[in-house]
Amino acid sequence: MLSKKQARAFFLGGTVVTFLIFIGLTIYSFSKSQDQSNDENITEAVVRGKKLWEDNNCMGCHTILGEGAYYAPELTKVIERRGEGYIKAVLTTPVDWAPNGRKMVAYGFTAEEAADLIAFFDWIDDIDLNGFDTVVSPLAKGEN
Amino acid sequence: MKYKSQKVAYWFFALSMLLFGLQIIYGFIMGFAHAGFDGLHAAIPFNTARAVHTNLLVVWLLSGFMGAAYYIIPEEAQRELVSVKLAYVQLISLAIVGVIAIVGYHFNYWEGRKFLEIPRSLDYLVVVNVLLFLGLILVTLFKGKRRTTTALVLSMGLLFAALLYLSGMLPFDSQVKDSFFRWWVVHLWVEGVWELIMGGILSFLLIKLTGVDREVIEKWLYVIVGLTFLSGVLGTGHHYYYIGVNKIWLIVGGIFSALEPLAFLAMALFAVNMYRKGEKKHPNKLALYWTLGAAIVSFIGAGLLGFAHTLPQTNLYTHGTLVTAMHGHLAFWGAYAMIVLAIISYSLPNMTGRKLYESTRGRMAFWMSNIGMIGMTVAFGVAGVVQVYLERKLKMEFMEVQKQTEIHFVVLIICATLFMIGIILYFIDFYKHGKPTNEALEVQPT
Ligand code: HEM
Ligand code: HEM
Ligand SMILES: [Fe+2]
Repeated sequence: MLSKKQARAFFLGGTVVTFLIFIGLTIYSFSKSQDQSNDENITEAVVRGKKLWEDNNCMGCHTILGEGAYYAPELTKVIERRGEGYIKAVLTTPVDWAPNGRKMVAYGFTAEEAADLIAFFDWIDDIDLNGFDTVVSPLAKGEN
Repeated sequence: MKYKSQKVAYWFFALSMLLFGLQIIYGFIMGFAHAGFDGLHAAIPFNTARAVHTNLLVVWLLSGFMGAAYYIIPEEAQRELVSVKLAYVQLISLAIVGVIAIVGYHFNYWEGRKFLEIPRSLDYLVVVNVLLFLGLILVTLFKGKRRTTTALVLSMGLLFAALLYLSGMLPFDSQVKDSFFRWWVVHLWVEGVWELIMGGILSFLLIKLTGVDREVIEKWLYVIVGLTFLSGVLGTGHHYYYIGVNKIWLIVGGIFSALEPLAFLAMALFAVNMYRKGEKKHPNKLALYWTLGAAIVSFIGAGLLGFAHTLPQTNLYTHGTLVTAMHGHLAFWGAYAMIVLAIISYSLPNMTGRKLYESTRGRMAFWMSNIGMIGMTVAFGVAGVVQVYLERKLKMEFMEVQKQTEIHFVVLIICATLFMIGIILYFIDFYKHGKPTNEALEVQPT
């Protein structure tokens, strides 16, 4: 029968080994040759856009890269789906945006802020998502 | 109760229950919004309600874990807490930071990073608070007469949870990296170090409630937490499938996360077997209900419902849909909410001296909250499957699909009402116990 000492060795050994592999894989996936996160195309506008995204907790209603809340549409590939003009209108309008009854907060962003958020979405759209993009965008239907 | 300083735990539990009550109110706001009634939108938009709902959840669970540690560590280490005064300072500062954060969410003072919405500036206060807590616990343990495996596993869980929190504070310009390291907190908490905390509390409760030999229980505790880390660390990969990182995670995450239910299965089997084996049955039946309940429901919510969408082929379609919310509710409820309610049910009579071990109210609280939560899980699940099918398979418009799911949120609200009544009964029981008192001290340890 297993002794307590062996049980402890199993715990400590398993933890150390898997943790080291985990760190190794993390380094591997962000290494230059393996990176697919579109890191090289991050511009200042993208960074400003990300900050606006966080400051307003857009993720509290929407998902992006499949992460966030389930109250409002997934925004990965949104530019492809709606076009820049539509998105700009949503972001800059001073009244609640609610074309289907459900309301979005009226942020009333300036034109520059809207441009920064669009740059952020644009950057998101060029990330290699291992096929998730084809599932969330109807335009990508059949590409797979 | 064996040591006077264990009474501090009571106030952490009271804070915990207060925040739990508030959490439920914000849950209703979101449930109604999903059902088409968003009358509060101007005052409390959905993103505010959501940040408050999930953060209150985390804070009430942490307050519950801290209370558990303040109760368990002195008893395990066989000495008083090193400083009761500092423990109260820690309690009050925890409450203050929590209130600032929650109020801030109503005024756009937040960082929109799911589950980690607390702004960085407040994060530093959180860090100071947790350092104080860990200091008190670890010094007590270190100076104590004995260092049991139960106490070590519990403290290790709390310490690692604090360390992992730091990775969520790293600044990144890339959304992908931000998300990648956010999971070092969120996933490695709930599917890693929090399981150590749960395991530690569970083992303490089983030792007390069943009378099975400590050596036997603690041996299995090591096996369980061993399985947890063995599967859970690399299992983090199930969040890395579709966020813009290497395909290697599809394989690694798929295999290891599929093994994660084993740890929860082991926990359930362990609890049930120790209960069967136990000779000495403690009279506190309600504590036993919650303890066994936690071990079993966590296997269903985390183990089975987690497994349901963890393979990359399935997750491709369910990622970021209401299916996730279904699993999130039953997993958090079974594993962490129920274990906190279990340690409260066990310790409250010991701290207050009022031995309300069995009551219809207490049993109703258990059954109504559990049946209500399972009903909510089914409602989320049906809505989620409808969403996945219509939106991701048939490519229907998001809002068209949402209209189809409104009815499931009406069902959700009905089940949530049942759940809430159960919780109110639990609160009444809590209140009826009265305040902790030194008169409840046991002269001879049992
Ligand atoms: C007590 C333990 C657990 C808790 C409290 C829990 C809770 C959660 C929560 C809240 C989320 C949503 C996270 C977010 O999107 O930010 C989530 C996601 C997920 N969980 Fe768990 N979970 C637990 C255990 C498990 C286990 C054991 C598995 C696998 C067997 C699992 C599989 C998943 C998967 C695949 C997702 C991602 C869903 C998606 O892609 O949207 N979980 N979990
Ligand atoms: C009256 C009871 C409750 C109601 C009506 C309710 C409702 C909701 C709703 C509507 C959401 C948001 C889903 C979305 O983003 O669209 C949510 C999120 C969440 N709730 Fe609750 N909830 C309740 C109680 C609870 C309890 C007791 C727990 C924990 C034990 C809990 C844990 C969570 C978690 C972890 C999330 C985030 C899920 C995710 O992002 O996948 N809720 N809740
Ligand atoms: Fe996970």
